[in-house]
Amino acid sequence: MQAFHPKTLDEALAAAADGATPLAGGTDLMVEVNFGKRRPEMVVGLRRIAELREWERSRIGSGVTWRRVERDGPRAYAQAARTVGSPQIRNAATIGGNLGTASPAGDGHPFLAAVDASIEIASTSGRRLVPWYEFFTGPKQNALQPGELITAVVLPERLPERHEFGKVGVRNAMVISTVCCVVTRDTEGSTTVALGSVGPTPIRVPAAEEMISAEPSPSDSALGEFARLVSEGVRPITDHRSTEEYRRHAAGVLARRLLERCLA
Amino acid sequence: MIVEFRLNGEDVNARVVGPTSLLDVLRDELGLFGSKSACAQGECGSCSVVLDGEVVCSCLVMAADAEGSEVTTVEGLSTDGLNPIQEAMLRSGAVQCGFCTPGIVVAATELFRVNPSPTRIEIKEALAGNICRCTGYGAIIRALESLSGGEQ
Repeated sequence: MQAFHPKTLDEALAAAADGATPLAGGTDLMVEVNFGKRRPEMVVGLRRIAELREWERSRIGSGVTWRRVERDGPRAYAQAARTVGSPQIRNAATIGGNLGTASPAGDGHPFLAAVDASIEIASTSGRRLVPWYEFFTGPKQNALQPGELITAVVLPERLPERHEFGKVGVRNAMVISTVCCVVTRDTEGSTTVALGSVGPTPIRVPAAEEMISAEPSPSDSALGEFARLVSEGVRPITDHRSTEEYRRHAAGVLARRLLERCLA
Repeated sequence: MIVEFRLNGEDVNARVVGPTSLLDVLRDELGLFGSKSACAQGECGSCSVVLDGEVVCSCLVMAADAEGSEVTTVEGLSTDGLNPIQEAMLRSGAVQCGFCTPGIVVAATELFRVNPSPTRIEIKEALAGNICRCTGYGAIIRALESLSGGEQ
């Protein structure tokens, strides 16, 4: 195996163009290696590239770890970060790696979907900015082409006034989401809701958003209707972690609870 | 390939084959058996080491990517007998089978380095990535609380 440890993005992109497997925190790739599912011939380690660790206001470098997001991120993104893996995982794992893996259960994804973030991607031939809904293309699939690396997450300049993250799982720590969710609410009532683990990619629920955005101070029955529309709008499956029915139910309960926190 | 890094304050060269983990190199090439090998997926924390100042699971560090890094294992936490974390764990009976103990010592040592008076919640969160299958958590947390001047 060949291993590169570049200090600049240009060197890393050159290695990626030659077919090297990108390695950030290693917390996903090494699980596959340890279980014999992958054996890369050429690897490019990204953690020495200072540019990828830069965080300037709304542009967060892909090499920023979940530990840093937990400490310095916007409220709901920090809340999500705190539930990613364990301290050991958060110290190593990066936001770029989370996007590269593109798991339907990725805890970082609902925030990006809820605030309409974009993902910056680079290759030796240039950079492009991909909106989140074009980036996630299926379970563990994304819009990356061979030779491309994820360089940053770009948030909107202004975030909604309130935003809250929540997650349902079978224990408190070190758990993969059964459902995870972000609800945002802005001053004039405009609301978004994004969920993970309840579809092939992170999803928004436009019907629920439109209904509740028209309610300046939602009544109990309006909150109930919001929860019902979220449950109706998600696309969960039954797998080893939960059932379709439970996920549908939990999605509505969780979204309503987060909306109530935004309204409090 | 040969990978060079600093291990417990000394420069080392290790022979590394393919994408093998830092944990395997520590144990099989360098003869340091303190870091334990169990889940191989970052769930149990028994392989915890400090890599460039952060506690990580060494089973999830590709050894080739440790090139030029600074690694501290449980063997390197103290140059002079046991450190205060280890003393406290012995005093409080916080060791049963002992398999999880090195990982917990590494995680707890790093916690107290950053935050000398952690609360009970902070202790529990810092150890959330370390599983004890004897379920000796009560004694482990009491041991660490005994070192903390923080509010409980």
